[in-house]
Amino acid sequence: MTPHRLDATFAALADPTRRAILARLASGQASVTQLAAPFAMSQPAISKHLKVLERAGLVSRGRDAQRRPRRLEAKPLAQATEWLEPYRQFWEGNFQRLDALLDELKAHKKKRKRAKR
Amino acid sequence: MQNTGTLKLETRGDREIVMTRVFDAPRNLVWEAFTKPELLKRWFFGPPGWSLAVCEVALHAGAAYRYVWRGPDGTEMGMGGVCREFLPPERAVCTEKFDNPWYPGEALVTTTLVEQGGKTTLTLSVLYQSSEAREAALKTPMEHGVAMGYDRLAELLASFPAQANEKGAGAP
Repeated sequence: MTPHRLDATFAALADPTRRAILARLASGQASVTQLAAPFAMSQPAISKHLKVLERAGLVSRGRDAQRRPRRLEAKPLAQATEWLEPYRQFWEGNFQRLDALLDELKAHKKKRKRAKR
Repeated sequence: MQNTGTLKLETRGDREIVMTRVFDAPRNLVWEAFTKPELLKRWFFGPPGWSLAVCEVALHAGAAYRYVWRGPDGTEMGMGGVCREFLPPERAVCTEKFDNPWYPGEALVTTTLVEQGGKTTLTLSVLYQSSEAREAALKTPMEHGVAMGYDRLAELLASFPAQANEKGAGAP
C-alpha cells in the first residue's frame, strides 16, 4: 500500500459521520437516501462524505443505474489494520510481561501486609 | 468494561495513535511499574534479547527522562524528553524524541490510568507533529530492523503460543 493511499484511508476514517456510514455499509449496500436517513444532514452533505470515502477506495458504487447503491470495500480497511499490527504486537509483548510483573507485585504486597500484622 | 489483556490500538484524527489496555492490578501498582527503573527494566525492553540499559525517569513536572535500549549485537536506541504534567498515580504528559530521528519532530505522549473494581485501564495517546511523522513511527517496528524486527516479534509471539493462536483464529 502506498503512503499516499494510506493517508487517504486514515483521513477518510478520521470523521465520525464517515465512520458511521462505513458501519452502516458493513451490514449491506445502501442508497444515498438510505444513508442520509439516520443523520441530521442534507443529502448533498452526505454525498460529500461519500466522495471522500470513494476517493479513499473505501466505498464503491453498485450497478443499479437508478439507485447507485454504495458498497463497502473492505480491502483498504484491512490494509490499514495490517499497518498497525507490528506496532500492536510490539506493545503487546511488553504488556504481557507487565501483566506477570503486576501479579508478582500484588503477591508481594499481600505478603508484606501479612508480615506487618 | 474491557477484558483484561486485550490491547486496543486505534488512530484518532490524522496524527494520533491511542492505545488502551486493562491490567488486573490496582492503579498504584501500574503507576509504580511505569515509573520505577528497576521495574521498567523488567518489562519495557522490547523484543527478546534486548534490554533497557539506561532508564532515567522523570518524577515531577518539568523533569527530563531518558531511556536507552541495547540489542543483542550492541546496537543502541535512545530516546527521551521532558514531562509537562506528572500527577501520580493517574496522569503524565511527556514529550518524546528519539536520538535517531526516524520520525520528524517530537511526539507528545499522554499516559492515563483509571482504576475500577481493582483493575486499571491504561490509555496511552501518542500525538505526532504531522501525519507523516505518525506514519514513519508506525512503520518503524517493521522496517527499522534494529529494535523491533519482524523476526524477533515472531520469536516473541512463539513464546506465547496460546495467545498467538487465539490471534490467528480471530484474523480476517
